[in-house]
Amino acid sequence: MELTGAEILVRSLKEEGVKHLFGYPGGAVLHIYDALYQQEDIKHVLVRHEQAATHAADGYARSTGKAGVALVTSGPGATNAVTGIATAFMDSIPMVVITGQVFTNMIGNDAFQEVDSIGITRPCVKHNFLVKDVADLAETIKKAFYIATTGRPGPVVIDLPKDVTAAKAEFNYPKEISMRSYSPVVEGHMGQIKRAVTMMLSAQRPIFYTGGGVVLGRGAAELTELVQQLNYPVTNTLMGLGAYPATDKQFLGMLGMHGTYEANMTMHHCDVLIAIGARFDDRVTGNIEKFCPHAKIIHVDIDPSSISKNVKVDVPIVGSVTNVLQEMIAMLKEGDKKPDEQALGEWWKQITEWRGADCLKYDTESGKVKPQQVVEALYRETNGDAYVTSDVGQHQMWAAQYYKFDKPYRWINSGGLGTMGFGLPAAMGVQFAHPDATVACVTGEGSIQMCIQELSTCLQYGLPIKIVALNNRYLGMVRQWQEFFYDGRYAMSYMDALPDFVKLAESYGHVGMRIDNPADVDGAMEEAMKLKDRLVFMDFVTDSEENVYPMIPAGAGLNEMILV
Amino acid sequence: MENETGALSRVAGLFSARGYNIESLTVAPTEDPSLSRMTVVTSGSEEIIEQITKQLNKLIDVVKLVNLSEDEHIEREMALIKVKAVGEAREEYKRLADIFNGRIIDVTEASYTIELTDSGDKIVEFIAAINADQIIEIVRSGVSGIARGEKSLHA
Repeated sequence: MELTGAEILVRSLKEEGVKHLFGYPGGAVLHIYDALYQQEDIKHVLVRHEQAATHAADGYARSTGKAGVALVTSGPGATNAVTGIATAFMDSIPMVVITGQVFTNMIGNDAFQEVDSIGITRPCVKHNFLVKDVADLAETIKKAFYIATTGRPGPVVIDLPKDVTAAKAEFNYPKEISMRSYSPVVEGHMGQIKRAVTMMLSAQRPIFYTGGGVVLGRGAAELTELVQQLNYPVTNTLMGLGAYPATDKQFLGMLGMHGTYEANMTMHHCDVLIAIGARFDDRVTGNIEKFCPHAKIIHVDIDPSSISKNVKVDVPIVGSVTNVLQEMIAMLKEGDKKPDEQALGEWWKQITEWRGADCLKYDTESGKVKPQQVVEALYRETNGDAYVTSDVGQHQMWAAQYYKFDKPYRWINSGGLGTMGFGLPAAMGVQFAHPDATVACVTGEGSIQMCIQELSTCLQYGLPIKIVALNNRYLGMVRQWQEFFYDGRYAMSYMDALPDFVKLAESYGHVGMRIDNPADVDGAMEEAMKLKDRLVFMDFVTDSEENVYPMIPAGAGLNEMILV
Repeated sequence: MENETGALSRVAGLFSARGYNIESLTVAPTEDPSLSRMTVVTSGSEEIIEQITKQLNKLIDVVKLVNLSEDEHIEREMALIKVKAVGEAREEYKRLADIFNGRIIDVTEASYTIELTDSGDKIVEFIAAINADQIIEIVRSGVSGIARGEKSLHA
């Protein structure tokens, strides 16, 4: 039977197992909305801005490992979605975004709500497609999901002209797809893995440095097994938190610009660095000239272009993290060589000394609400088991430092692009994926206002998100840099004329709380968590000049941290 | 690469977005109309070339990539060179074209257009041999390359 393009799209999404679609209607996608209206398998979530549609789909993907799906109209619908697409691209998040387009015969004529969506999104997608013939639609959707979810994942855009959604074709959804130009390497090279294992075992001062690739590649269990098998220290990047249990004694915390002293010192002094699913980002390495000066480096990554991009490595292994880790575990079990116990003992002794610096301690006697205290209260009150999204800035770092993630898929933040406004819509996506879970959005008074309109979406769908706003009346990270590097000239970093967030939350039908006394923090958090069915906006009036420590200033090495 | 609309802009966009040099780029369909073949001439350190190779391979439309410079290969480029040709210069350009195996393909009372197909280096040499103020205009096709011997992109 012949179906319209719109019906083919909806049927194809069903075939892909899509349950939720985050979107916003408009002229070019009216046929698609009509087809969605006439079915019940896919729930369409109406956001209040297209940026939120992409962030929500992104949050859905980050908390499940499945592709998130967004649907927006042509022109401004597509351009509003770009920030969310770029956010997903930088963090390698599987996502399929369908953008409406003007009629094929109008393309290029500056038609109403026309924009070159393919051209605009090209540099921030894994791939994109313009479908000009309805006969190609089903296969294109199959390819889009295949590309988005395999290899190094990423967003894929399908640009769909309005006439294609009305035209008819036979519907045959391909069961399998293979592409001559795309077949990601999964299995690591056995010779290289063997070299890596030998190098690992020869280490006197080893460390595992692992990133978002371990989460995305579903390798958390394997990583944990391997690290514990060897009794080596491990640090995670901002994107990699949760891939190794943060409460385990071998975990040194996050590394990098605002990483722990022990993680960065262990990195700096190591002799064998085992990098897995991480990309040597500038926020991690500090000054590249001073990075791990004594280390031989092993690097496992599914994307060959990540290897030796910023830092030259000694043993590169291209392959799926899980696959390579399994091979390493097996090889270690079969072999009779063990790590050098004596060297390792001394190494741990040194690390314990570094830990003694207690770099995350903060002033608890100030009489002001400290942001760190709020995150710790959130951690306790949720038993460390919440899904936590964040926006971007100081609060993001405090959440990463003080919420100890024991499981992957729990920490959801825009690490690469650093997109303010991400937290709340991402939390919506997470809540749809995990309706019974506690979802908290740690944010600031700056970030939350970038997608504040989504409080309306949360009301419409009854999403009981717990918003933890660390309100210091400043764009805190900007202010911190201005304090350190611009002699305290706080240009445009003070947030004047803030709304009353309690009333704001209430006007959207939610619960608002303001907490300005440190003694009230725990009680407020407990009360908020008890309101299981309600969105609670907790406005914590925090110490306005608190800084994120430790910190590596620009140009410095990992061993040159500023402690408190 | 796949002979798809936009494939060329993906390559061009990659070079500009990542700040790589692009000296010339030629592209046309192959014996298989679903595939285009592109020859890109670029420059950079060993690390940069390695990154360019990896980044190009990552493009979904790229089917196969070979670094021709790593092996024996042939480069050919065509140039059309229009020069002022009056008086003694007419004879001189004729001789010069012969030496370089070029052909004069258009003649007027005051100009020649010379076609030259050779490696990029030879074309540069030829242009250098002509007095700069005698040149009216030059158009170069960019380099096309192919491996020597039986080797091909297919195998």
